Amino acid sequence: MMNYFPDEVLEHVFDFVTSHRDRNAVSLVCKLWYRVERYSRQRVFIGNCYAISPERLIARFPGVKSLTLKGKPHFADFNLVPQDWGGYVQPWIEALARSRIGLEELRLKRMVVSDESLDVLSRSFTNFKSLVLVSCEGFTTDGLAAIAANCRFLRELDLQENEIEEKKNHWLGCFPDSCTSLVSLNFACLKEINLAALERLVARNPNLKSLKLNRAVPLEALQRILMRAPQLVDLGTGSFVLDRDSDDSETYRKLRTTILKCRSIRNLSGFLEVAPHCLPAIYPICVNLTYLNLSYAAGIHGSELIKLIRLCGKLQRLWILDCIGDKGLEIVASTCKDLQELRVFPSDPFGAGHDAVTETGLVAISSGCPKLNSLLYFCQQMTNAALIAVAKNCPNFIRFRLCILDPTKPDPVTMQPLDEGFGAIVQSSKRLRRLSLSGLLTDRVFLYIGMYAEQLEMLSIAFAGESDKGMLYVLNGCKKLRKLEIRDSPFGDMALLRDVGKYETMRSLWMSSCDVTLGGCKTLAKKMPRLNVEIINENDQMEFAPEDSQKVEKMYLYRTLVGPRKDAPEFVWTLV
Amino acid sequence: MEKSIAFEKDLNLEATELRLGLPGTKESEKQTPSTIKSNKRVLPDMSEECGSEDNSNVSHVKICDQEVAPPAKAQVVGWPPVRSYRKNCFQAKKMEAETTGMYVKVSMDGAPYLRKIDLKVYKGYPELLKALEDMFKFSVGKYSEREGYNGSEFVPTYEDKDGDWMLVGDVPWDMFISSCKRMRIMKGSEARGLGCAV
Repeated sequence: MMNYFPDEVLEHVFDFVTSHRDRNAVSLVCKLWYRVERYSRQRVFIGNCYAISPERLIARFPGVKSLTLKGKPHFADFNLVPQDWGGYVQPWIEALARSRIGLEELRLKRMVVSDESLDVLSRSFTNFKSLVLVSCEGFTTDGLAAIAANCRFLRELDLQENEIEEKKNHWLGCFPDSCTSLVSLNFACLKEINLAALERLVARNPNLKSLKLNRAVPLEALQRILMRAPQLVDLGTGSFVLDRDSDDSETYRKLRTTILKCRSIRNLSGFLEVAPHCLPAIYPICVNLTYLNLSYAAGIHGSELIKLIRLCGKLQRLWILDCIGDKGLEIVASTCKDLQELRVFPSDPFGAGHDAVTETGLVAISSGCPKLNSLLYFCQQMTNAALIAVAKNCPNFIRFRLCILDPTKPDPVTMQPLDEGFGAIVQSSKRLRRLSLSGLLTDRVFLYIGMYAEQLEMLSIAFAGESDKGMLYVLNGCKKLRKLEIRDSPFGDMALLRDVGKYETMRSLWMSSCDVTLGGCKTLAKKMPRLNVEIINENDQMEFAPEDSQKVEKMYLYRTLVGPRKDAPEFVWTLV
Repeated sequence: MEKSIAFEKDLNLEATELRLGLPGTKESEKQTPSTIKSNKRVLPDMSEECGSEDNSNVSHVKICDQEVAPPAKAQVVGWPPVRSYRKNCFQAKKMEAETTGMYVKVSMDGAPYLRKIDLKVYKGYPELLKALEDMFKFSVGKYSEREGYNGSEFVPTYEDKDGDWMLVGDVPWDMFISSCKRMRIMKGSEARGLGCAV
């Protein structure tokens, strides 16, 4: 039937199909649909930059305008992947620059970006509008200067948690006077900034909706900036400190007045440095907030924090430090009835967390906030009873990540493993897509996961399980599994090799400090030529006498259409 | 593991034990979890000696401790799973806090000279008050939020960043040590006035 319509009609229909997965599905229907879809595709998401080559991307989608790329494996966030492992964006940018692609947006996560890449990027695409870098490294403020200077229609520059070397240049001053198109600017991860250039930039960009400042922007400057940009929807404050002497009380008064005019702010973050007595200045906008991120605001705690939370009745997303305590979470539960996402981070990322939250806080939240669907919870301890209660109160979890600071801690009341608790979660939340486990866990939890977690796409396992059966339950049961990452768990070759075809249905598998051997990995690599099976060797033992029976410290495998990567460093072996 | 650690305490082997922690770091109170299924491989010639958990031979166990067991709980690589960026942000704050001492003057009404104490040394109000009691030979009474300190003519107070004199114990400990500039142990009628303050 659809064959009677000209391609433009099909294309128009496909315009309404926006999600990547749906468009991928559309392209598989028939050759005609494949053709129309590929020419009309504007946004492409590549979850593993080594799964495909830039040339093939360009060949298939000549009209691509927005590209998202991810590089290193997720566990690189936790220092489990050595420096120079890979994930370079340079070849992508070079290939795109050589082609006739009119790139407008580039979003990168866990990739290595060089100043040269940024320079080429800034010069090669006249309509380039949006650059988003998350957890990337390898560049300096010189690269940012190139983006600022050359991207004439830049709308978005969003730098989230990157490691950026800061040079003495004033990169922000490189935005020309003619740059008036900015909508979103986030430089919170930098340590310095040119204040004068910032204020001028904000003054001439009336469409600015999202602005996230860094520590170097003092309160006085924030006040002046907000005067120029009362239309902001998304604000990240820098330093929120004023000493209490006579000059500054004038500043404080001005700040209060200015903030009253910022009626559009819905998302608030920052407070990287904060003097609690200044907080009342933001009370008037709290009632409108839907997203509050205080996860870097170590200076706000106790009664000041509670006062703030009590005003935020419309919150949907809250990111907070564990110094809020169980009592504080009870206040959240009674105040934030629309809460959908909660993230509780450890205020002491190294230690035992004396102030940490426990199962009590989580149960309170689940009880007060039934719409909760996304959780990241670092805590001192957890019980099965609590997890069962949470599962009952909140059957809508899409993401459930629990991190008990002592990774093999049992239920402190019963001294049992937490199998039943997590089992309850997966059984009740039928739409669960992402799960991270911790605490004392046997193979039983994996039996439950395999049985019930039908929509599960990503699973993170650490210090869990007793035997290969655990891993097998997951591989057999979770049909939609895409990413599996495992550390310090007793899974070996038997589990790894039982169903080798499974890995082509997944994006990647990470296993470190497990029981898989070099021989097992070699066997897998031989059977599955369309997987890259990479071994990371950081010690010398492997080099001189690599015996097949030796356990592999770190293995990362992923499906790919382009064979072993050519940029692997010498400590990464791709088995064939 | 529990048996060997008890044994070690009797012989005070802890004092001579080699450890992989940073010099000067206090050992965390919790034991290294012996239930961690550590898949860290032992060096081949150690594996026989360290294989059994029932091993009560002290010297063998000591060798194991030095070369096999994870050093201190906080140093399991990549745990807790917190992004390096976040760790670095908090690390900077923590190190700043740990290295500088926090000495404040303490005066006591009627005493001929002042003393100085390092607030960093104390974990909370109970330890601080005990230390002050020992130092100045007095008793501080019982603290309640409503009435201040009851049962003593001495009241511990401090001057905060704003220059105000505050009763010790009202605010969370961390807030106290970051805002306390000096302390004064008040005595007599002045003290009683403070005890009833709103």
